[in-house]
Amino acid sequence: MNDMSNMPASKGILGLQNPQIEFRKDLFADERDENLNEIGKPVRRQDIEGHVTGRSPFYDDHLFEGLLHMRYVRSPHHHARIRRIDTSAAQGMPGVVRIITSDDVPANMNTLLSLLDFGLDDEPVLSDKKVAYVGEPVVAVVALTEAQARAAVKAVQVDYEVLPHVLDPEEALKPGAPTVCDVYPGNAFVYHGKYNHQKLRYGDVETALKSADHVIETRHQMSPIEQAPMETCGAIAAPEQNGRYVCYSGTQGLFFSLGTAAKVLNMPSSRLHFIGGTVGGGFGGKVDSIHEPLAILGTVLTGKPCKSQWDREEEMQVGAPRGAERWYITDGVMNDGRIVARKFTGYFDAGAYTRLTSYAVIKCVGHLPGPYTIPNVSADVYCVYTNRTPATAMRGFGVTGVDFSIEAHMDQIADTLGMNPIDLRILNAYRDGDMKAHRRTAKNCAFIECCQVVAEKAGVTIKPESKAASSMKDGGGERGQLPAFTATDENGRVEGFEGWSYAKKGGGSATTGSVPSTTTPTPASLPQTPQPIPQPASPAPVTPAPQAPTPQVQSPSPAPTASSPKRRPPTRFSSISGFRRR
Amino acid sequence: MAIHTGRGFSAINYPIGMNLGGDPSQALVHSNPDGKFTVALSAIDLGQGMKSVTRQIAAETLGVPLADVYVDTADSDTGPHDMGSFASRGTHRMGNAVIQASLEARSVMLEAAAEELEVDPGDLMTDGQGNIHVKGAPSRSITTMAAAQAAQFKQGRTIAGRGIFLIPLSEVDPDTGEMSPVTTFAHAAMLVEVEVDDETGEVAITDMQSAYEVGRALNPGMVEQQLRGGAWMGMSHAAWETTEPYYPQREHGPVDFNSYLMPGPGDLAPHHISVLERPAPDGPYGGKGPGEMCANPVLPAVVNAIYDAVGVRLYELPVTPEKVLRGLQANGGAKPRQNLARQAV
Amino acid sequence: MAKKPVSFTHNGVETAAFADPGQNLLEFLRRGVGDLTPKYGCGQGTCGACTVTVDGEPHLSCLTLAESVEGRSVGTVAGLANGATLDPLQEAFMDHFAAQCGYCTPGMLVAARVLLDANPNPSLDEVIEAISGNLCRCTGYEPIIEAIMAVANGSYGSAGRAAL
Repeated sequence: MNDMSNMPASKGILGLQNPQIEFRKDLFADERDENLNEIGKPVRRQDIEGHVTGRSPFYDDHLFEGLLHMRYVRSPHHHARIRRIDTSAAQGMPGVVRIITSDDVPANMNTLLSLLDFGLDDEPVLSDKKVAYVGEPVVAVVALTEAQARAAVKAVQVDYEVLPHVLDPEEALKPGAPTVCDVYPGNAFVYHGKYNHQKLRYGDVETALKSADHVIETRHQMSPIEQAPMETCGAIAAPEQNGRYVCYSGTQGLFFSLGTAAKVLNMPSSRLHFIGGTVGGGFGGKVDSIHEPLAILGTVLTGKPCKSQWDREEEMQVGAPRGAERWYITDGVMNDGRIVARKFTGYFDAGAYTRLTSYAVIKCVGHLPGPYTIPNVSADVYCVYTNRTPATAMRGFGVTGVDFSIEAHMDQIADTLGMNPIDLRILNAYRDGDMKAHRRTAKNCAFIECCQVVAEKAGVTIKPESKAASSMKDGGGERGQLPAFTATDENGRVEGFEGWSYAKKGGGSATTGSVPSTTTPTPASLPQTPQPIPQPASPAPVTPAPQAPTPQVQSPSPAPTASSPKRRPPTRFSSISGFRRR
Repeated sequence: MAIHTGRGFSAINYPIGMNLGGDPSQALVHSNPDGKFTVALSAIDLGQGMKSVTRQIAAETLGVPLADVYVDTADSDTGPHDMGSFASRGTHRMGNAVIQASLEARSVMLEAAAEELEVDPGDLMTDGQGNIHVKGAPSRSITTMAAAQAAQFKQGRTIAGRGIFLIPLSEVDPDTGEMSPVTTFAHAAMLVEVEVDDETGEVAITDMQSAYEVGRALNPGMVEQQLRGGAWMGMSHAAWETTEPYYPQREHGPVDFNSYLMPGPGDLAPHHISVLERPAPDGPYGGKGPGEMCANPVLPAVVNAIYDAVGVRLYELPVTPEKVLRGLQANGGAKPRQNLARQAV
Repeated sequence: MAKKPVSFTHNGVETAAFADPGQNLLEFLRRGVGDLTPKYGCGQGTCGACTVTVDGEPHLSCLTLAESVEGRSVGTVAGLANGATLDPLQEAFMDHFAAQCGYCTPGMLVAARVLLDANPNPSLDEVIEAISGNLCRCTGYEPIIEAIMAVANGSYGSAGRAAL
């Protein structure tokens, strides 16, 4: 029975006068130098005086003469074709300065990842052909006051032809489901021009499952949540001098936003001056650059400062959330707690457009199977389109949902085996020198130590071997070898797409993909200070993985999707970072 | 009609930096006439403390007091390119770029001082208090201010430095998923205690015990900020928040904070934090970024604790009283497990 | 529709500005008067980022008609400091890392100041209640509560000062 006698009488903050944080300097002490001057001190933040006086300049904290306000006409339907847009009633309304439609947008595609040449352009800035989620913007109204802009928005008439919609990701993948995003008729992002999901294949899961003592399957679902920063997303643009435009923005990526605006507006980046850097919370929701191109366009068209901002209702239901995820995990487990096989099927619900979800899937696959050394791992992870608000990054992007599922699944394993859940973690933990499922060697691990520290302070008894374990011992060796055989397949093969060039593998057969040695900035002269030399800014050389054997195709590839002429991708932007343009 | 207590455990790691690399950060560092330094960036401070941690890194590397350094960000006209603040990349990437730029500026400053003192730059050290002196002979010294003035007005040197940090873009194998995701990982473990009311289904989170491994706590106050705030957000994610309460149906989506729920100051659980530091070989002074992974372990720990309390496994987030009650109903009532009881160690 | 002149006392200074008809006090203070310290968080009265005082009482300025402060006294965080000397609450927030992004901080400080002016020695529960109308997404509230309690406990000298 839990001993709760230390709990306070009222719920609240125990230890308020005595905040409970400790720094376990004893652990990994020989890897650290503590003799530094400014590093390691809890010095006051540079910006906190601005925060407590209200002087910190968020993007909206700039005064302009004649600032105009932008509001948007938005789809009320999950999915509909746009038949006709009639702005005539709105044009003459009080305070209306300009009405902006898709025709006014020089390059009407806003796909952030196009700047990295990752995937295809799929999302209009202002939609004219169809809408694929409730809230999708169709028309922008620029007016003298926010109230006048809101009133004019209501007067814009849009004739919609409602289309069938799909909201469940597994339903969306079934044949016959409504096509959410025309670029991907199968409602799944196409990876490498080949598959409708990203694969992870390491060892032979199916064979290992057959010899496991237990097979444990779970299904977990995480619903979307909002980043909900206290400052909503927005930007203010204004004419500057010399044909340039200044844009004050709450963006999390100044040059991502600048680059997006330059492309959408077909304007050289030299004409754009972006100012930001002080943001009222982001949590991933301010990476998409929705407001900047529109605010600048408003300024270009009116000659006046323009503000585009989400109100809180829009921030919650139109602003991109963390996307929902659904996870099926199957583990093969031995009686002693060793996990010998782990299989994932994951569905990232991207909503109506790709935004960053396609990339989240790759990040996720590189994270599997979690901080554990498991000899057989496979995953099929999908970026699926549904008729809901497009998703984007949020704190823990690509990892939060699957870690929730993995760690709840681990608890179920522990319960099935009658094993202490902390012992289970430590038994399967990865250690320095172990090979990981993405075929790189583990190093700098500290998973075991975190488990031990919590067990000790929470008063949970763990086995002596768990107490004695260390990230720095007993790894590598056999555990550091690639599997002798990896089962691969061509399931989910898709025709008619080309791979994008971002992170593209050259050649046909699987190569090791080892990272070439990096140009490291070598310090010319190391500082001779009382404190030892700071770590030079050089990434550790990656241990090249040994040559993988040619994978054998295990199962015949299923019939590809209905053949269509080789797809010409929609308008492609060349990447600002100079990757090849296709 | 009872309140059941339960404890749940989880443990995770988290990749530091933009997946696959290819995400550069640049920094420019320069001195004004008096030896006060500006670090020009286009990095974004979302509240995580980007301006502050880069200031400490620059001061440490330059060998000057913190008060002599100011970080200016973000202006695309004056700050060199940075990919952005996301993916827990800021401290790691920008920190390294700032180190490189600071090292270059420092080396010029030492050359200037060496010329004034008529010694070799290799014989000099900074004391971090605004002085440069000969190693082993502290009286042979010059202030950083005087060195900067001499450099700029007498010797014709620019005390300035440039830095860039880039992990080259990794490939991804279409058939095996082989890739180089990141170069370093942070770690965390969490034990959460809950109370479950089997009559109302309400779950209260009553205690959190955590261990977070962050590479190096570059500023312990800011690390603690992140860990407390992040664990709060994890709690909120587990049992309060959703934009679609009936996912995949879209009905009743919240449109204001009355219906988009988050724990308030009266809902807090005491959170006892242990910070571990295993420096990242390629991190700035070993630093990793705790900003994202602080929330993740709370979610599964909460559902695991509920199972421990009443024997109901919840597979869908967020935890709600309705889901707990339905689970209790399906189980024929509360079936406490209480497998993680506190024992004398 | 004509703008309406509004005369009022702003952080102790008599001033006047023109309000659009139906304009809320938040927008009026920010764009009409040029006091950018109260923030827009929701416009729905649920987050507290816009908290100001009107005749010493806390108000959500996003739900207050600008015209309604005619002849009255409005206080924002810009009026918290005593000339160049920061309020003890401001010092305490800085010491306790009670702000990260800083967006909720102006409203939070106004709420805290109002509490301590009325109740210089609040209990923990009273502090919690006083700030329950101010949402914070970054800190998890604990450092904010610690900072307010530290001022209340006398760690920053005299806690009470009817600034707003």
